[in-house]
Amino acid sequence: MADAAVHGHEHEDQRSFFTRWFMSTNHKDIGILYLIVAAAVGFISVAFTVYMRLELMDPGVQYMCLEGARLFAENDPANCTPNGHLWNVLITGHGILMMFFVVIPALFGGFGNYFMPLQIGAPDMAFPRMNNLSFWLYVAGTTLAVCSVLSPGGNGQLGSGVGWVLYPPLSTNEGGYSMDLAIFAVHVSGASSILGAINMITTFLNMRAPGMTLFKVPLFAWSIFVTSWLILLSLPVLAGAITMLLTDRNFGTAFFDAAGGGDPILYQHILWFFGHPEVYIIILPGFGIISHVIATFSKKPVFGYAPMVWALIAIGVLGFVVWAHHMYTVGMSLSQQSYFMLATMVIAVPTGIKIFSWIATMWGGSIELKTPMLWAFGFLFLFTVGGVTGVVLSQAGIDRAYHDTYYVVAHFHYVMSLGAIFCIFAGIYYWFGKMTGRMYPEWAGKLHFWMMFIGANITFFPQHFLGRQGMPRRYIEYPEAFSLWNEVSSYGAFLSFASFIFFFGIVAWTLLRGEKVTENNYWNEHADTLEWTLTCPPPEHTFEILPKQEEWDKGHSH
Amino acid sequence: MAHEKNHDFHILNPSIWPLLGSVSGFVMLFGAVMWMHDITPFMFFIGLLGVLYTMWGWWGETITENLIGDHTPVVRIGLRYGVIMFIMSEVMFFAAWFWSFFKHALYPMHEYRFTELVPPQIEYFDPWHLPLINTLILLCSGMAATWAHHALVHENNNRRAIKEGLWLSIALGAVFTVFQIYEYGHAAFGFSGNIYGANFFMATGFHGFHVIIGTIFLAVCLARVYRGHFTVEQHIGFEAAAWYWHFVDVVWLFLFASIYIWGSSL
Repeated sequence: MADAAVHGHEHEDQRSFFTRWFMSTNHKDIGILYLIVAAAVGFISVAFTVYMRLELMDPGVQYMCLEGARLFAENDPANCTPNGHLWNVLITGHGILMMFFVVIPALFGGFGNYFMPLQIGAPDMAFPRMNNLSFWLYVAGTTLAVCSVLSPGGNGQLGSGVGWVLYPPLSTNEGGYSMDLAIFAVHVSGASSILGAINMITTFLNMRAPGMTLFKVPLFAWSIFVTSWLILLSLPVLAGAITMLLTDRNFGTAFFDAAGGGDPILYQHILWFFGHPEVYIIILPGFGIISHVIATFSKKPVFGYAPMVWALIAIGVLGFVVWAHHMYTVGMSLSQQSYFMLATMVIAVPTGIKIFSWIATMWGGSIELKTPMLWAFGFLFLFTVGGVTGVVLSQAGIDRAYHDTYYVVAHFHYVMSLGAIFCIFAGIYYWFGKMTGRMYPEWAGKLHFWMMFIGANITFFPQHFLGRQGMPRRYIEYPEAFSLWNEVSSYGAFLSFASFIFFFGIVAWTLLRGEKVTENNYWNEHADTLEWTLTCPPPEHTFEILPKQEEWDKGHSH
Repeated sequence: MAHEKNHDFHILNPSIWPLLGSVSGFVMLFGAVMWMHDITPFMFFIGLLGVLYTMWGWWGETITENLIGDHTPVVRIGLRYGVIMFIMSEVMFFAAWFWSFFKHALYPMHEYRFTELVPPQIEYFDPWHLPLINTLILLCSGMAATWAHHALVHENNNRRAIKEGLWLSIALGAVFTVFQIYEYGHAAFGFSGNIYGANFFMATGFHGFHVIIGTIFLAVCLARVYRGHFTVEQHIGFEAAAWYWHFVDVVWLFLFASIYIWGSSL
């Protein structure tokens, strides 16, 4: 992919391959690097889940055996002792990779880097060299995470099986050094994200095109700005919490050790003080992308620009004060639970503002169902489903029944894996021609969408039923009563996986054979942000003469 | 290149430092894990060396860029934003340690229902002896840094006064560190096995680590004053060091008030 992405630069590019991709100080190249690595890590992480769904397809354990992991079912239980540790390693790896090494790098690092400076007319990021440090620290973090999966861990096996939240005492007691590597992986990726956030905020505040006041900034740039604040203020707190884990594990401190007067619940509070903003860190840039896609393909400016911005800010602020709804069952007082319940439900208000504004944008518009718009539609539907189950789960009383069941798994996959991932795909199809200069075949993009949409719904919708039946999450095995919906869910996962592989095929084909893009703006005049005034792909250095106001200020709505 | 740059922003040439720094960071952290598990300490130090070399080379390059005039007024504004936000993220890092301290000070586990824990007998430091002296030392050091800053900005780059102020600030910072080490040596409670010691040493320890970084930062500024790098308009490195030093001061005041004074009265 890296080779092919060079296309269109031959005529002016003097840089060697190494200089361009390993020593880059160019926000567009760094954005592409982020997307490539995130896609590769995403493939590993998705492969984990396919293997897990394979195991869950039938009751009993057929694949993850202590005698060795199988690719084909081992139906004789005498030859297959369940290997719960492997299972736990896979769920942990899937969570950590997806949260820290796929979605944030793709949305924030990839699209954020590439398009935020373009949309505000900045020639590059504020700190271009530090930008590259963010990227390479992300790679270092990914490597540490992969090393963690492959090094000696608990139960005399490889890897750590403690869940992505790394709760003590499980994480403090896990043997080997796999857990320590995982902790450092999170440290490094956190440092990468914090540096990225500093860079984005400074770029946003300091480098907007002349005349572009704050409330004229395109919504995607705004979403990156708000996301940056969440990263800047929440990730250091996580760094503190996992440092406590590290010293508890290696230097005998008693932060989370009850015997020394420590409190394991404290870890949960600090983790979720980061973890809840984290889910908005994941989804907010997606909101930004969806706004542009819907406006473009409804051929209308986005409805209610100012409320859209304020909703982003409100979600960001509220995201910091709702964390304990992840831990209703730890024994909090009723008044605490009531507060967190109330605060959590309040978030539905700004989120609702966004959903209704998107619908209002489409209302009366001339809707064109191109691939990016399909993904945006899919996002609207799936994110709303996930949002509604989120309101259900915000109820502390109902959470007593749903806590740690598949209902929760279904909920957060609807908002994150389907919400955020659909945003990533919407962004990829929306900007693919812009980034590479080549256009994907429309039918293929649509086929990818329908495969993924149907597959993801078949995967996750039945998990609501499983949760309501009482199936707990994070188990390798289950009684026969749950087998029907587990089997259905697994077929959905296989279909989604097939669509993911098909997507890689589309990318490869497009890069090699795709139709060349000739126009700067290959959609329509409602894609009116500054990146559409540039060639496809844009030249190495953009906006060497800063854009004039008439190039971007179309006077409507923003 | 077909075009000329036509704006005041800083467009950088490709650089090897980010890659080198990240590889070194990876080696250092992997080495730290090896060291913690008693396999070998060497990997850690090799990585550390790479990280330090990267810092030296990278920031040296930044200083050179500053001297050849890449840091235009608008770039300087950006650098200031960057420093402020870096300090904000540091504040949030300390929030985690204060969180742990306050949680256990306000709601100690031995007061929970059904617990078998007994209240630990901890002999706290008397806040009004060495900790108070240390507070005054650190505040004086911050004042000396402000003196140097004032001499730079308002006394038209009075280099003699800047040097005096910085020397004093650095010396007091170093004395603070020495006193803190002395205090650690006389603690009546251990680092491991009890939550008070964990909170105390990690919170004050990270603060001490920041004091050392801040002292080095000021020392770099002092060296740059000797070389005449700063002007009345352009002294972003000095400003960053001063802000950082005041941040370290403020964290100490919170530590002193909450852990040393309030915490020892519980």
